[in-house]
Amino acid sequence: MVAALTLVERQFALVILFAITLCGLALVVPSAGTEDPICFHGLLIMAAGIALSFVVINGYFEPEPSPERLTEYFDDPTKIGIILAIAWAVVGMFVGVWVAALLAWPDLTIDAAWASFGRLRPVHTSGVIFGFGGNALIATSFHVLQRTSRARLCDQLSPWFVLLGYNLFCVIAASGYLIGVTQSKEYAEPEWYADIWLVVVWVVYFLIYIRTLQRRQEPHIYVANWYYMAFILVVAVLHIVNNLAVPVSLGSAKSYSLFSGVQDAMTQWWYGHNAVAFFLTSGFLGMMYYYMPKRAGRPIFSYRLSIISFWGITFMYMWAGSHHLHYTALPQWVQTLGMTFSLMLLVPSWASAGNALATLNGAWHKVRDDATLRFMMVAAVFYGLSTFEGSFMAIRAVNSLSHYTDWTIGHVHAGALGWVAMITFGSLYALVPWMWKRDRMYSAAAVEVHFWLALSGTVIYVIAMWNSGIIQGLMWRTYNDSGTLAYSFIDSVVAMHPYYIARAFGGLMFLLGALVCAWNVWMTIRSARAHREVARDTADSPILVPSGATVMAKE
Amino acid sequence: MATEKLDPTTGRTTTGHEWNGIEELNTPVPRIVFFFLAVMALFAVGYWILMPAWPTGVSFTKGMLGIDQRAVVTQQVRDAAAERAAWTDRIGRTSLEATARDPELMRYVRETGRTLFLDNCSACHGTKGTGGPGFPNLAARAWLWGGTPETIVETITKGINSTNDDTRVSQMLAFGRDGVLTGEQIRSVAAFVRSLSGQALDDGEKAMLPAGRKLFADNCASCHGDTGRGKHEMGAPDLADSVWIYGGDRQSVFDTIYAGRQGHMPHWSDRLSPTDIRILALYVGTLGAAK
Repeated sequence: MVAALTLVERQFALVILFAITLCGLALVVPSAGTEDPICFHGLLIMAAGIALSFVVINGYFEPEPSPERLTEYFDDPTKIGIILAIAWAVVGMFVGVWVAALLAWPDLTIDAAWASFGRLRPVHTSGVIFGFGGNALIATSFHVLQRTSRARLCDQLSPWFVLLGYNLFCVIAASGYLIGVTQSKEYAEPEWYADIWLVVVWVVYFLIYIRTLQRRQEPHIYVANWYYMAFILVVAVLHIVNNLAVPVSLGSAKSYSLFSGVQDAMTQWWYGHNAVAFFLTSGFLGMMYYYMPKRAGRPIFSYRLSIISFWGITFMYMWAGSHHLHYTALPQWVQTLGMTFSLMLLVPSWASAGNALATLNGAWHKVRDDATLRFMMVAAVFYGLSTFEGSFMAIRAVNSLSHYTDWTIGHVHAGALGWVAMITFGSLYALVPWMWKRDRMYSAAAVEVHFWLALSGTVIYVIAMWNSGIIQGLMWRTYNDSGTLAYSFIDSVVAMHPYYIARAFGGLMFLLGALVCAWNVWMTIRSARAHREVARDTADSPILVPSGATVMAKE
Repeated sequence: MATEKLDPTTGRTTTGHEWNGIEELNTPVPRIVFFFLAVMALFAVGYWILMPAWPTGVSFTKGMLGIDQRAVVTQQVRDAAAERAAWTDRIGRTSLEATARDPELMRYVRETGRTLFLDNCSACHGTKGTGGPGFPNLAARAWLWGGTPETIVETITKGINSTNDDTRVSQMLAFGRDGVLTGEQIRSVAAFVRSLSGQALDDGEKAMLPAGRKLFADNCASCHGDTGRGKHEMGAPDLADSVWIYGGDRQSVFDTIYAGRQGHMPHWSDRLSPTDIRILALYVGTLGAAK
């Protein structure tokens, strides 16, 4: 890890780690002796800074990497990113099954504050979205960026900074939820110091993208990179605006949002829905645009369709957030805009899904035989399904039934399990053998098992939540002859019980699939260590040219 | 320069670019995409014309239909209330006793009272009104403040030890903690109290009964009555029945006398309408009778 850094980079690394340790100290000093949880996080940050400093010092006097390295892609951060993504998947999905079980059997809880549903749930959501999804996006984006630009990453240090810094953010977030640190904004729970740190990491991430694209040896920027860039850029904007807040003091984890009342709600759901759009859609479309045609060996169905979809999605999603606030204090005209743009959004969404599926024309026999490609195909189908469902639920009249019910949870998981996780697993199964120089995954049968576990888990989950959601919605609006609500809230909770059991079971299947994946990846890496061969694949290397020069496509 | 190639599967040319082996076909955008884009856009424009839609600086376009969600919901609530008024007015006007004897009105009470009770009361008193440790069992009809519909209305409206200015107030003193009685004396009173409800006592407890009877008369009877049957005007529970709020075993009774008790019931006058409270009082009255 350190051996791949140049001497100057090692020195920079030490300076950065020293600065990080100081930042941790700056949180500890004003809060020392108080009960404030920020003290623990300050210590955690210091520990991370010091531990990594030892790693760097330990490798400091190793010989510098040879200039030869510039003829290869820089894949170390991608490899570690893959491993971290899978570790977060297991943790996040395990907590998901745990909270699902708590909903079905509330008595299963242990009598501790950290084990309460309200603290565990964000560990699940952040664990899978940011831990699993985010690491997978960072790992694959570095890989795709280099291959489609035929250029090595701009340096060796900043990718490590982004990957490890991002995971430090994830750890601060998840541990904070357990000790009660939250700003109570869904998917934006981490407090001000974690948010500031993420901004620093994210800016470096964006710079890596720009600097590497500048060096590209292809005349055009491939579609996948448009999506990855939109993901990085817009997430930065969303994150900064929604987290504008004033801390109580430098020694306090608590902060107050700059927004209040309905403005706060609108800002939060502008953020929340665009997190779905640009984190969970745009980024993963980038993934799909590389790994699916690669694995299928087929050209993208239509370049023009890609353009329409990309600009349609990036433009229209921005307006859609207010559909989360139908029939609230939010002015109706804002709801109207949210609803109508959500409906128009269906067209570019389905255009993307259609472009993906049509790309498989001529490779359907591979979809049948290859579970990896089938993961990606099913992901595109679920992408189409859940975007249709999303536009449908954004209609005010439909929303009056679906809002606040489990239907929303079902919709989110159709997207999260069916689309995001499936495209990620498919991409990882394609990527892992490339990264560790193997022909294929250790066990093709295990990929097949994972595929069926994941698909049946998703279907069970989503169907259970559709049922419970629609039953809930109907029970909440059914009146009896006297003009009174026919059911009390607790009646609807009782009616949910069987579906909550089914949901926990579906989630458990999905978790088992992720465990199979973790084992398979682990065995693939182990077998790679056993057959370490240095055969260089010349097709899989950057083009060495003096910077500034541009190479036209060959042939 | 980029050269176009022919893709044999689709018969389409590629754009001529290639990234790490990935190519793109030059397929034109299918017509249907433009068609649906136009349909959706037309729908959106139509909806904008009809409904509140675009901001205009200080105001917004109101839409040709003149629909406003606040006006709509206000009207719906008014209509629903008007429809219900057919029978809610009768419950409001009729005396509680007369309502309780009217089978038609009591049908409304059971239907509406059940939902009201489950949404507002069951969190403490349980879905069947059977209560739990610290929360009175309403189905047992062992009323602290009286079980007539009027007194139940009063209890729901004002609450017990609540924040309402006219709240019902009741407190059992901490005889042990405040040093009024010694541990030995508390054990004697506890034995006597348990004897009131006919519980089996061991020999040690039986020996304490005379002392307990005396202590009870001096310390407890002012609230719980000479015979321990409780007093509704003080909210003091009947100790001679088999219903216990905090438990009737030896330890629980000891704890109650030692540390005192002061239960809380919120007042509902700010959350429920007078008619809803009357419905609830009548409904609560039916809870034990169902058996």
